[in-house]
Amino acid sequence: MRILPVPAQPDQGTPPTVNPQSTPPVPPPSLPVRKVLTMKKPFRAGEYAIEKFIQSVAIISLVLIGLIFVFVFREAYPLFTGKVLAAAPQAQVEEAETYGVDPGAPDIVEAPELEQNQENFKPSSLVGPSWQPVSLDPKFGLWSLLAGSLKVTLIALLIAGPVGIFAALYTSNFAPKWAREGMKPAIEILAGFPSVVVGFFALVIMASLLQNIFGFQYRLNAFVGGVAMALAVVPIVYTVSEDALNAVPKVMMEASLALGATRWETALFVILPSATPGIFAAMILGFGRAFGETMIVLMATGNAALLTASLTDPVRTLSATIGAEMAEVVFGDTHYRVLFFVGALLFMISFSLNAVAEFFVRNRLMKKFKGA
Amino acid sequence: METAPHYAKLYTKDLHLHYGPKHALKGISLDMKAYKVTALIGPSGCGKSTFLRSLNRMNDTIDNVNIKGSVFVDNVDIYHKKVDEVQLRKKVGMIFQKSNPFPKSIYDNVAYGPRIHGLRDKAKLDELVETSLRRAAIWDEVKDELKKSALALSGGQQQRLCIARALAVEPEVLLMDEPASALDPIATAKIEELIYELKTTYTIVIVTHNMQQAARVSDYTAFFYMGSVVEFDATERIFTSPKEKQTEDYVTGRFG
Repeated sequence: MRILPVPAQPDQGTPPTVNPQSTPPVPPPSLPVRKVLTMKKPFRAGEYAIEKFIQSVAIISLVLIGLIFVFVFREAYPLFTGKVLAAAPQAQVEEAETYGVDPGAPDIVEAPELEQNQENFKPSSLVGPSWQPVSLDPKFGLWSLLAGSLKVTLIALLIAGPVGIFAALYTSNFAPKWAREGMKPAIEILAGFPSVVVGFFALVIMASLLQNIFGFQYRLNAFVGGVAMALAVVPIVYTVSEDALNAVPKVMMEASLALGATRWETALFVILPSATPGIFAAMILGFGRAFGETMIVLMATGNAALLTASLTDPVRTLSATIGAEMAEVVFGDTHYRVLFFVGALLFMISFSLNAVAEFFVRNRLMKKFKGA
Repeated sequence: METAPHYAKLYTKDLHLHYGPKHALKGISLDMKAYKVTALIGPSGCGKSTFLRSLNRMNDTIDNVNIKGSVFVDNVDIYHKKVDEVQLRKKVGMIFQKSNPFPKSIYDNVAYGPRIHGLRDKAKLDELVETSLRRAAIWDEVKDELKKSALALSGGQQQRLCIARALAVEPEVLLMDEPASALDPIATAKIEELIYELKTTYTIVIVTHNMQQAARVSDYTAFFYMGSVVEFDATERIFTSPKEKQTEDYVTGRFG
């Protein structure tokens, strides 16, 4: 649109025009002019500043996420170029000790005298069953850790999924108003519970309890960790599912009831299926939480890097491995790099899962529901 | 089939309804004759939809609703505590103002009701789906795409699908809450034609804002105002020689 200057007083006679082709918006003289909308947009400084501020906050958080990505990957990268510091042999620990030296100064890593200590690391050694990072012959096989993470996550989701979804179904469809108003905040408080408290509870009370009930050979194991983790995952699954279920239009429920369906039939066959995309998202978020959660698994799973099929053996997860070992590694050596690689792996798994889920929800479920 | 075809299939006696402190229905007594169309007209908020919803106990789903008086369907008081609202709703079906198909296929939408009532036989289900869609005058438009999502249909088609879905549970009464208010004139005409055909098999109660529609499709008309029935009579008389001044003003468009 072309912005034309409009005469301040239209009854002036000949208004100045920029474009001779267009007639100035002067009303016919018979109509009284009350107010002329001036085509001059004032510059609102406050508006502009607030808009830019909010924008920059959003950009900064995006950049931060990007930087974390870059940092984690950069630390892991030398594993794939083969230029890694040799793990200090047990006998020479004193010599190679870097404790106390500022680990943030990169010139130490780059220092030429240290380059002699570089060893060739084969990325293929990450693929293996044993995780023995501190031995004379260190092994960095990640299978047992990955299996541990998946076991705990699986158990947590198998418990938290149904519990969270059915609790959400109850509060959104059946609960009387007072129960709904009490239950939602109560479950959401559980989400804000420090995971170290949940972990401690699992370690001290739940582990013994479950061992007494099921007679586990090992007091701390994947199952205990999974159950404890479920406590942390339920609120996420619950909250997101509840929102999804509440977003199902009430007319759906009425249509079903009007056909003579009971409330449960309505909830299970109409409302739950209609909320599938949201519930799917809830499960993905729950998976992300369970897979990345560290403190609970560190405390409750026994932390033995075993690669077994049993769900009641102790396990060590990817996240707990970082949590337990990062403080003790030699800065820049193979173990350090591998731990960063584990971090990158966690990142990639969560990220790709989210991407797949997003894709799935958008392309399959939404198509079904939007009726394209 | 009943010997006296035009007995009162539904009737209410001094029906009062409160939404919390609001007195929405103030003692309604109305007869709705079998195999006839009864239209409920009146300005917005006059209680006609509320009245309609109390005929199959849909108001039960709303908090804070308090009902006094009685509603009889086939001479059974449906608010008696021994009456199962699930059975009642099977007998008294409902079509809503906004078409509300489930996010399922066309077939599954229609088969939903019979399925929850225990019909598992695929052949019988197929047949029932077809007859329901035929009765709702939508079969020819959807017969080749029964597996398609119901949400892909146009508004008018969706509404007829909802009618088919209601017919599939084989009700005896159909309550329609402004079934054509969200549709264009052509789709509306189709729905009206359909109502005309359906009344040979069903007792129909319809809420409408559209005077012409009430005049066209109904046999009896009740004029609601402020939670009471001002006048109830044969449609012809309501529209040509109403007894009450208020009714006359409303149907001639002078207020409302």
